[in-house]
Amino acid sequence: MPIAISEKTIKREFIEKIASLSGQDINRCFQCGTCGGACPMSGEMDAMPRRIIRMAQLGLEEAVSETRTCWICASCHSCTVNCPRGIDLARVMEAIRLLTLRKNENMVEPSKMPAETVKEMPQIAMVSCFRKLTS
Amino acid sequence: MKVAYYPGCTLKTKAKNLEDAALASMKALGVELEELNRWNCCGAVHSLADDDLIHHVAPVRDLVRAMEQGSDKVVTLCSMCYNSLARANLIMRDDEVKRKTINDFMDEEEDYHGEVEVVHFLNFLRDEVGFDTIRAKVKYPLNGLKVATYYGCTLARPRNVAIEPPGGTRLMTDFLDAVGATPVKFADAFTCCGSYQIIANPENAVNVAAGILDCAAKAGAEALVLSCPLCEFNLAKKQGDMIQSGKISKGLPIFYFTQLLAAALGLGKEACRFDLNDKCSVEILKSKNLAMEAVAGIA
Amino acid sequence: MSNHECECATVQQIATGDRAILPKGAKTIPVYVMGKKYEVPETLTIMKAMEYAGFKFLRGAGCRGGICGACPTVYRKEGDYKLHFGLACQTVVEPNMYLAQIPFYPANRASYDIETIEPVAESIHALYPELFRCVACNNCTKACPMGVQVLDYISAIKQGDIARAAHLSFDCIQCGMCASRCMGELPQYHIAQLVRRIYGKYIQPKAEHLRKRVEEIESGKYDATLEKLQKMGKDELEKLYKEREREPDMAPLGTWMPQDTQYL
Repeated sequence: MPIAISEKTIKREFIEKIASLSGQDINRCFQCGTCGGACPMSGEMDAMPRRIIRMAQLGLEEAVSETRTCWICASCHSCTVNCPRGIDLARVMEAIRLLTLRKNENMVEPSKMPAETVKEMPQIAMVSCFRKLTS
Repeated sequence: MKVAYYPGCTLKTKAKNLEDAALASMKALGVELEELNRWNCCGAVHSLADDDLIHHVAPVRDLVRAMEQGSDKVVTLCSMCYNSLARANLIMRDDEVKRKTINDFMDEEEDYHGEVEVVHFLNFLRDEVGFDTIRAKVKYPLNGLKVATYYGCTLARPRNVAIEPPGGTRLMTDFLDAVGATPVKFADAFTCCGSYQIIANPENAVNVAAGILDCAAKAGAEALVLSCPLCEFNLAKKQGDMIQSGKISKGLPIFYFTQLLAAALGLGKEACRFDLNDKCSVEILKSKNLAMEAVAGIA
Repeated sequence: MSNHECECATVQQIATGDRAILPKGAKTIPVYVMGKKYEVPETLTIMKAMEYAGFKFLRGAGCRGGICGACPTVYRKEGDYKLHFGLACQTVVEPNMYLAQIPFYPANRASYDIETIEPVAESIHALYPELFRCVACNNCTKACPMGVQVLDYISAIKQGDIARAAHLSFDCIQCGMCASRCMGELPQYHIAQLVRRIYGKYIQPKAEHLRKRVEEIESGKYDATLEKLQKMGKDELEKLYKEREREPDMAPLGTWMPQDTQYL
């Protein structure tokens, strides 16, 4: 799918926020795609991490927010340890998540979880899920 | 030998087999694990945003508790707890600015500067107890049991908290060797099990977990050993669903590494807690005449 | 020093009773109620000081004895960033306090049937999954006017230790200050109440002697005695009460028996 880039589409504030939250220089990325190859969840993602980084470099905030990549990420750090450019992609994914979560929006709703699911889940599943996917 | 011990919430309910087997084994090896008097949830995952310090408070508070008890070392069993505590510890030790902010916020606690060392149980077994000591105390070696060494994410990544050098599987291999089992290396030893996505995107997580089980089976493993209750949930508790949906053809026995230790040391049912594992885990031990006392009477 | 003591003694008199009447020469101090300055007599509690200043409590006051949890107050002191919490009926005013009453704070309360609930931690987790949003910031404990270790009992619930959580939360008076400060948006005090209900009904050991005595009462063993008492006049009852046999204080367990054993 082609992406149109113009002065209007480049959200500078978005680029700066990603940089400050993640502490990463995403301009180092040269689009090798190692991250997607190392990602265990990439088969389940609608956009590869490489693509997300490219869109973020170009400040395409809306295009990034339309993908589910950061919500499928399990913070396993495979991309991080394999990136030949030394970008900690797990931190970039977290930064993208936080831009939504910090608007008091949840990606899972604790109050709507079925009782049976809560009862069977190990506590660490609940805690980690809420930390990564609730506001 | 006495050492401070941080259990983690899940070990007190869903993963009693992980803890019970560890405590009994340590007793048999002459080590007393002293549980922290007060402790809270470690937070399970490390916060990755540069400005988000509040989520480091939970693990730091636990480290303060260990320090209060006069310990310079705290041992953990759960992989997620290990990762969360160890990473928070590095921040408190190495990042002066963040350390000050966190200490200032926690004004009701002693200041903390990374005084306590966070040690995973496998490292403790190797470095403090010694695999040779274990080998000498093994009563019933797990002869002929082919076990895949599964680390998952949190024991191995990021590198600054990895329990052994990147890509290495020596620790689990040497451990399995000491208890008489046959270690099986496989490509997915460090692949994420799907983690907390089992709640948000269960279908995706189960697909990933099924891939790991399939990979281990194809590598010739008859069982898989791990150290994390969330990996255990995704890889073991979800096997029924996977078989039903045709994602895997048959179950793969999953053990906590502490259970294999307890079984090899000749400890009984209450120590090994195989009653909390899947049926196929008990069956494989029975079929190979292993850990007979520990599996006797478990249907 | 003696002058100061003298002042206190004078002012102390006005602090008794529900209504404060300021005698001549009593010392007053400035406090700020919801941003407005009032001069109130020192040594008064916040509640009495506010009534002195003209406020009338329609809500946010209950027992006035520090146990009902209706009158939590949040305050700051001049020039200090720190938040303080107390019960208005118990906390004495200090100069330049900035006060606000929090009579109610919205908190999620789950519905359940205590008769059919399974007495395990998972039942509590399922009713309050937000438990797992706790970040151990400890703001709850800092906010508790009763000194309850709120974070510790929340941790115990997550760890599945119902008995420990019930004991740790025992002093809770349900004022809701913990919930008002919670980063994870937990209703700690409602969760703790569920925990204590489960503990009391299913886990706490039952007293054998109490069960026996209830059986005796139900079987009518004391009916005649009670009827006799009900028919007595006030003077006769008073006399009986004053002349009753009483176990000496600190008597070693099992060493004392009354002379009259007809009611045993």
